[in-house]
Amino acid sequence: MPGTRGAVTPGPPILDVRGLRKSFGPLEVLKGIDLLVDPQELVFVIGPSGSGKSTLLRCCNRLEEPSSGHVWVDGVDILARATDINAVRRTIGMVFQSFNLYPHMTALGNVTLALRKVAGFARPEAETRGHVALERVDLAEKAAAYPNELSGGQQQRVAIARALALEPKIMLFDEPTSALDPELVGSVLAVMRNMRASGMTMVVVSHEMRFAREAADRVIFMDHGEIVEEGPPERIFGAPEEGRTRAFLASVFDR
Amino acid sequence: MQKVLDNFFNIEVMAKYLPNILDGFVLTVYLAVSVVATGIVLGLALAILRAFQIKPVNFLIVIFVDLFRALPPLVIMMIFYFAFPYVGLTMSGFVAAWSCLALVLAAFAEEIYWAGILSVHKGQWEAARSTGLTHLETLIHVVLPQALRLAIAPLTNRAIAISKGTALASVVAVQEILAHAATAQAFSANTSPLTMGAIAYLILFAPLVTASRWVEARYAWKR
Repeated sequence: MPGTRGAVTPGPPILDVRGLRKSFGPLEVLKGIDLLVDPQELVFVIGPSGSGKSTLLRCCNRLEEPSSGHVWVDGVDILARATDINAVRRTIGMVFQSFNLYPHMTALGNVTLALRKVAGFARPEAETRGHVALERVDLAEKAAAYPNELSGGQQQRVAIARALALEPKIMLFDEPTSALDPELVGSVLAVMRNMRASGMTMVVVSHEMRFAREAADRVIFMDHGEIVEEGPPERIFGAPEEGRTRAFLASVFDR
Repeated sequence: MQKVLDNFFNIEVMAKYLPNILDGFVLTVYLAVSVVATGIVLGLALAILRAFQIKPVNFLIVIFVDLFRALPPLVIMMIFYFAFPYVGLTMSGFVAAWSCLALVLAAFAEEIYWAGILSVHKGQWEAARSTGLTHLETLIHVVLPQALRLAIAPLTNRAIAISKGTALASVVAVQEILAHAATAQAFSANTSPLTMGAIAYLILFAPLVTASRWVEARYAWKR
């Protein structure tokens, strides 16, 4: 399975997951996942709810502690005892379904907190970088706004800027548009499209099949804690080989 | 009517004992401020410690909190002052009153802070940790500011309630307002000093109670 790579760029993978297992009590939600993500690749993870997609993502920055297996991010074994997980997390941006902006801070405050406390920049430098990050998500004019003054789409873009500001090696998106009203989804996808164009490595868990078809280098279909099938979007969507993939896609597109 | 005036508002008696009541007033303020300052800081420290989820530590914190919330403050104060000397721990009435009330306030405050911390959505922790903030940094910069906002109104009320407990200190020979008033009442065979005591408490606490209303409105959750 580790052989099936997207082949965008040669060289070492940014994300290297091997034999990853995760159990919650008696329930095994990841049953041995192998996944390689190359630099600048956009990997889309689809699958029914409860298939382990989010858990897989959350194991990649140790928000969930894997039960066994290995995860390397840019060559760093993130499960090793000696690894400073906080330093590694700086290099792994994460975007959540529910945005999770800090409600007591402005957009700029949200973006600069980790720049100051983790990256160690003094406030002026952090704010300069924060403004650049907000610029990248097209929200430069909302720097002084508080989260409750922003639309869902704007909040999610601030959340993306918060991760981007740290200049991560890879970005993980956990259903970034699922909590958004339909008319706000486009603005977030536009930002993700720009990030892809600028060469960001991304792993996206999402139900935005049209976006997957158009932007993904590789689509992974997960079910019951396993990778069932993976390949370029045209093949996964056009000619899936596995029955489970076909059944899932049929259920999604029949709606 | 004359009877009421003579017994409750006897100007002569009041003038005579005013300096004593003022002394008591100063001591009460001093005791109350010490108690509140110690109690809310210690309570916060305990809540922060509890957030590290170290099982034996949390067990001790919960025992402390439940014990000091369950016991009447007067009982604790009398144990400190009258019982502890028998095991070689002697303290002044002021220290007994201060430590007792501060610990009781700390116990209640810890629970208030803790409820605030628990009410902050898990996603806030995850977002902060995912950017590389440590557990403590997340607590200080992300979680506590939100938790404190929720805690401030119940904390204000609790601090006022505990501060009124300074009157209990009269039992352990602290010359605060009530002690002076009671002594003066005994000497003068007139209840006017108690009236003065009540007025002194009103002067001290009425503004605080009013302020707590303002605090409640100011920090009400508007989202």
